[in-house]
Amino acid sequence: MAFYFGLLQTIGIHTLLGLSAYVLLLTGQLSLAQVGFFAIGAYVSGILTVIFEYHIVPGLFAGALAGGAFAFLVGFPALRVKGLMLVVATIAFSEIVRLFFFNLNWRVMVNGVEVGPDSTQGFREIRFYAANGWDTFDVVLFIWLFVIVVMAMLWWLDRVRAGATLRAVGADELAAQSSGVNIVAVKVTAMTVGGVIAGLAGGLYAHSATYVDHLTFSVLLATFAVAYPILGGLSSVFGTLIAVIFVQGILIEGMRFLGDWRNILFGLLIIVAMNFRPSGLLDGNVLSRIRRMIGHGKPDGGGRHA
Amino acid sequence: MASRMAGDAMLELSELSKHFDGIRAVDGLSLEVERGEVFGLIGPNGSGKSTTVNLVCGVFPATSGRVLLEGKDLGGLPPHRRLNAGISRTFQNIRLFGELTVWQNLWIARRDAPGEEAGFMRNWFGSSARIREAIEETLVFAGLAGRANDLARNLAFGEQRRLELARAVSARPQLILLDEPAAGMNREEVEDLKQRILALKGSGITVLLVEHVMELVMGVTDRVAVLNFGKLIALGAPGEIQGNMAVREAYLGSPDAEAA
Repeated sequence: MAFYFGLLQTIGIHTLLGLSAYVLLLTGQLSLAQVGFFAIGAYVSGILTVIFEYHIVPGLFAGALAGGAFAFLVGFPALRVKGLMLVVATIAFSEIVRLFFFNLNWRVMVNGVEVGPDSTQGFREIRFYAANGWDTFDVVLFIWLFVIVVMAMLWWLDRVRAGATLRAVGADELAAQSSGVNIVAVKVTAMTVGGVIAGLAGGLYAHSATYVDHLTFSVLLATFAVAYPILGGLSSVFGTLIAVIFVQGILIEGMRFLGDWRNILFGLLIIVAMNFRPSGLLDGNVLSRIRRMIGHGKPDGGGRHA
Repeated sequence: MASRMAGDAMLELSELSKHFDGIRAVDGLSLEVERGEVFGLIGPNGSGKSTTVNLVCGVFPATSGRVLLEGKDLGGLPPHRRLNAGISRTFQNIRLFGELTVWQNLWIARRDAPGEEAGFMRNWFGSSARIREAIEETLVFAGLAGRANDLARNLAFGEQRRLELARAVSARPQLILLDEPAAGMNREEVEDLKQRILALKGSGITVLLVEHVMELVMGVTDRVAVLNFGKLIALGAPGEIQGNMAVREAYLGSPDAEAA
């Protein structure tokens, strides 16, 4: 059972990380900075609960806010570049963050024990759950509470004008501008929201793992963050969840017998998916079929408008 | 022929120029579009018509000269601010939000009437009967009633053209720029477009029509300006322009060429 609870935690955290990239992809921005915001959220919330002995809830909120604040700051220079240049600029940001934590040494005595980030040795004492008697099942519930809230908010966003505007910017920037959309404001807002979600995911990750170090926050994780929504499709928030279940649940855990060979499968899967399902696993056609199946298929096709 | 009244210009271009790497796409263009008229802008390919539209919409900055809307210099305002100022447009090659519904396409561009602006939350995260009515009305105008929930990319070509026009209208503009709206249309669709442009005029919207299809230009415009090499070479009522020899030479070319 512990194994499945662990897997559920991973799926929840990766879903949040994927959704943080999803928000940006809606506006047409491919960002590898999400892992940077994730790292910031992890360290900030970890430092607050460990060194300052905060409760995890304010700790997580502070981590999410810190992720959002950095995303807001990254948003402006990042907007000056597009496409591949944005990818490069955001990788650079994630590396700066990683190297900052690689160097960060902040050891303090708390209740007679030395704790805190210890540069290359990592940050090893993030034990809020254990110290407060939460068992693994409590942690699963806690994580999924956030996953459900974030998914519900993003699902709802698609039903209001703000969400349509995000997608409009992603579809055609000139047409969006000509329709009165301030694309700078939209992109920076999307970047900030993405940063908040990634920061939240980072905080949850740090407390589940109890241990973080700079190696966790590699470019590989940044690639996963964008791969989930791309693989799952941008038509719906559920695409990202399905992709995470598929990758983490089936590909990584289910194929353990293949050892490290399964990493090749991941690469192959991306190539195959891009060729056969360029709009993602859960594209518009599948969605409308599902809607019809569950009897939700109004003749007007789903009632996108309020 | 429209009577000219000083100071009643909806749009004024003053010595407007745009150079691209030494090419003078628009070269010292001055003209006035009067309030409430349908103003045609014609000229051969590469004469600077689309560049003029883009300058008016703020897609790129002018090299020199000014664009004034109701006497106010638009300066370096970005496109979205120009929409709020009252200028909306359509594109030569249709640019809809294909993965969004017809309804969403209109919803994004919709603006509240001055003085009736909804608050931030209401505007971005809410909806109201008033908004729904306004959008339904625009759908009816564009002949798209009943298509509200179809994805824009699934519409037929003619419907997509109408949706683009509807999107421009839903912004409640004072001035609409139509960049070759009849491109690719058959005779019937052109006639239909003509009626819709006249309906816009009837509702008090000023129209700047860039077009190759002479049948449409001659049928709806009050005045026509002819551009060649970025310069104004003729301006007058459509009938006068048709008979103008300079225009024939520059624009219509050899006798066997089509008027396109």
